[in-house]
Amino acid sequence: MERQRETVELPAARIEVERIGSGPPLVLLQSAEAYEARLDLVDRLARTHEVFLPWAPGYGGSPLPGDVRTIDDVAYIYLDLIERYDLHEIALVGCSLGGWIAAEMATKTCERLSRLVLVDALGAKFGGAYDRDIEDIYFLSFDKVKAIRFADPRRDPLDDMTALGEDEAMQVARHRETTARLCWDPYFHNPALKNRLHRISAPTLVLWGEEDRFVRPEYGRAYAERIPDSRFVSIAGAGHYPHIEQPDATLSAVFSFLNGGKG
Amino acid sequence: MELYHFTEFPWPHLPPDDSFSSMRLSLPSRHYDPKIGAHLYNMYLDQYLLADELGLHCMINEHHQTATCLNAAGPIPLAILARQTRNARLCILGNPAANLADPIRCAEEMAMIDNISYGRLDCGFVRGVPYELFASNANPTETQERLWETIDLCIRAWTSHDGPFNYEGKWIHKRQVNVWPRPYQQPHPPVWTTGGSDLSHACKTIERGHNFAMFLTPADGLAKMFKGARRYCRENGLPEPADDQFAFMPLVAVGETEAEAEKVIEGVFWYVTHNKSEPQFRAPPGYNSRKLYADFLSGRYSGGRTDAIRRKGVSYFRENHVAIYGTPDSVVEQIRSLYDKVGGFGHLIAMLHSGDMDYKTTAKSMTLLAKEVLPQIADLGTKSTGFGPLAERGAMAAE
Repeated sequence: MERQRETVELPAARIEVERIGSGPPLVLLQSAEAYEARLDLVDRLARTHEVFLPWAPGYGGSPLPGDVRTIDDVAYIYLDLIERYDLHEIALVGCSLGGWIAAEMATKTCERLSRLVLVDALGAKFGGAYDRDIEDIYFLSFDKVKAIRFADPRRDPLDDMTALGEDEAMQVARHRETTARLCWDPYFHNPALKNRLHRISAPTLVLWGEEDRFVRPEYGRAYAERIPDSRFVSIAGAGHYPHIEQPDATLSAVFSFLNGGKG
Repeated sequence: MELYHFTEFPWPHLPPDDSFSSMRLSLPSRHYDPKIGAHLYNMYLDQYLLADELGLHCMINEHHQTATCLNAAGPIPLAILARQTRNARLCILGNPAANLADPIRCAEEMAMIDNISYGRLDCGFVRGVPYELFASNANPTETQERLWETIDLCIRAWTSHDGPFNYEGKWIHKRQVNVWPRPYQQPHPPVWTTGGSDLSHACKTIERGHNFAMFLTPADGLAKMFKGARRYCRENGLPEPADDQFAFMPLVAVGETEAEAEKVIEGVFWYVTHNKSEPQFRAPPGYNSRKLYADFLSGRYSGGRTDAIRRKGVSYFRENHVAIYGTPDSVVEQIRSLYDKVGGFGHLIAMLHSGDMDYKTTAKSMTLLAKEVLPQIADLGTKSTGFGPLAERGAMAAE
C-alpha cells in the first residue's frame, strides 16, 4: 500500500509522519526499536483506517531538539500533532514505548480519542522500591535481552545485528541513544503516571504477550486495573511484541475491540 | 617534568576466572575480605607517604562497585594524604563530574582538602568510564554536558566571595550557593580533565587554561591529541600552552637491571590482564560516539581501549610507551623519546603498582624512579605561569 511521507513543523519539534490508507484515523505509536513501521501490520490496519505513523523526536526522520528530555515532552508534541491534523475519533494504538506515550497523552486528554490500545506498554511503576517492574535491558547481555523480550528470540527483526549495513547500524544506534536519553532514569517510567491513569476516559484495550519477561503480564493487569473502561487480553506464544510474534491473534483482538467488541 | 605515583587500590584476590563474568559492577562483595582489605587500604596509603618522602607527587582516582579499584570515593584518601604528606601535589583524576549527585558538596570537599594541604590540590574532573553510568544511574547521553556544567559551577562556587548566588542550569539546580571554605590556592586549585580520542574536549580544556591528561594511550594517539590541541591554540590566536598543561599515565617499572624491571612490570600488567567485564557494561547507549556505538552493536568493535591494546602484548606496550620500564637510564631515554614524539608534556603519572604486588617491590621501583630517573628529567618541559610553578605551590606546606 502506498505510503505518504510528510514533515509537520510543530512549536517544539519537527515530526516525520507516514500516512497510509483511508478511513477513520488510527495513530500508531511505535516501540523504541521502531520495528512497527516495517511490519505488514501497518498495511493490514490501513485496510480499514487511515494510519498515521509518526516518528518521535530522535527516531527516523525526526530530529531531536535539545530540550526534549522526557516522554512527557513527546506526549505533548503528539497532542500538538493530532490537533494540527485536526483529527477526531482517533483510534490511538501504542506498542511498548509507544504505549507509554499513548497513555501519557490519554491521561492529559481523551477529547479526540475514540479508543485506546496499549500493547505491552511501558511507563508506569506499580511495584515497590525493591521490585524491578521493568527488566534492566542495559545491564543484561544482548542475548538475555532478546530472550526476555521474545517468546522465540529468532523472531527478533534485529536477530542478527552483524548483518546490518553501516547506515542501518547508525540508525539503530541513534534510536537507542534517544531511548536512553528519554528513559534511562527514571527507568522507562514516569513515577506520576500511575496516579493519573484513572483520568483515561476512552475505552481501552490492554494487550499483553503472555511470555513477556521484560514487563510481565501482571504489570499489564495492574495497568488495566487503573484505567476505568478497560479490558485486559493476553496473547499466547508471544513476548513483548505480540504484534510481531502473533500478528493474526493480535490484529484480531485489536479489530474486534475497534469495531466495538471487547477485544 | 613532574612525576606522580599511582595505584588504583586493586582487590587482587579474585575467585577462579571461569566463575565470574565481570570484575566490575556484578562481582558480589562476598569475594572481598575486610580483614585483608583493611590491610590493603593502609598499604596503598603507605605507598603515597613514601612517594611524598621521595619527592614524587600523588594521583588518586575513584571507581565504583568494582574489584579493580577499592577507592569508591577519591576525596577520602586525598583527605588523609592532605594531612599526612608534606610536599607532594595531590592530584585527583578525578571527581566523576558527570555522575555527581551534588557538585557543590564536591566543591566544598575539594576546598577543604586544598586548605588542609596548604594548597597542594590538583583538582581533576572526569566524565567517568562507561561502567560508572550503571553504578551511579547517571544518564549516559548527558555526561559531556554535565561534566562541563559541573566544572563551571564549581569554579564559580570557589571564586564567589560576596555571599550566595543562585543557579538553575540545564542539569543542576542549586539555591543560595555560598561555599565555605574558599580554596587555599587563588583563585582556585588547578583544574584537570581527562580524555580519550575526542579532540574538541582536549581543546576546550586547554583553551580554558586547565590541564589535560590521558591514560594508557599509545604514543601516536597521544601525539594526535596533544599536538592537535596545540595546533588549535595556534590557529585560534590563543597563547601557546606550556608542557605542564599536558599529562600522561603509562604503566611504569624501574629496576636495577633490565631483568628486574621486566619482572616488576609483569606485576603492574595485572591491571591490563585482569579487566574482565561484560561488553554491554562498556557501551551504554549515548556514552560513546554514535559511530563507535553502531560498530559495537553490529559487532565491528568489541569495546574498550584496554581491550584493543591488551591483545597486542608486552612489546607493543613498550614500543608505544604505554608501558615504560627498564633500568633508570633506559626509562629516562623512553620518557625523553615519548616527550619528543608527542610534542611535549609536563606530568608523568606513573602507575607503579597493581594486582598483588607487595609493598617492598613497589617501593623499590618507586625509589629508583625518584632517585635515579627524576633528577635526569626534572628540567624537561616548559611550565605555565598562570598558577605559578608547581614547586612553589607545593613548598607552602613546608613552612
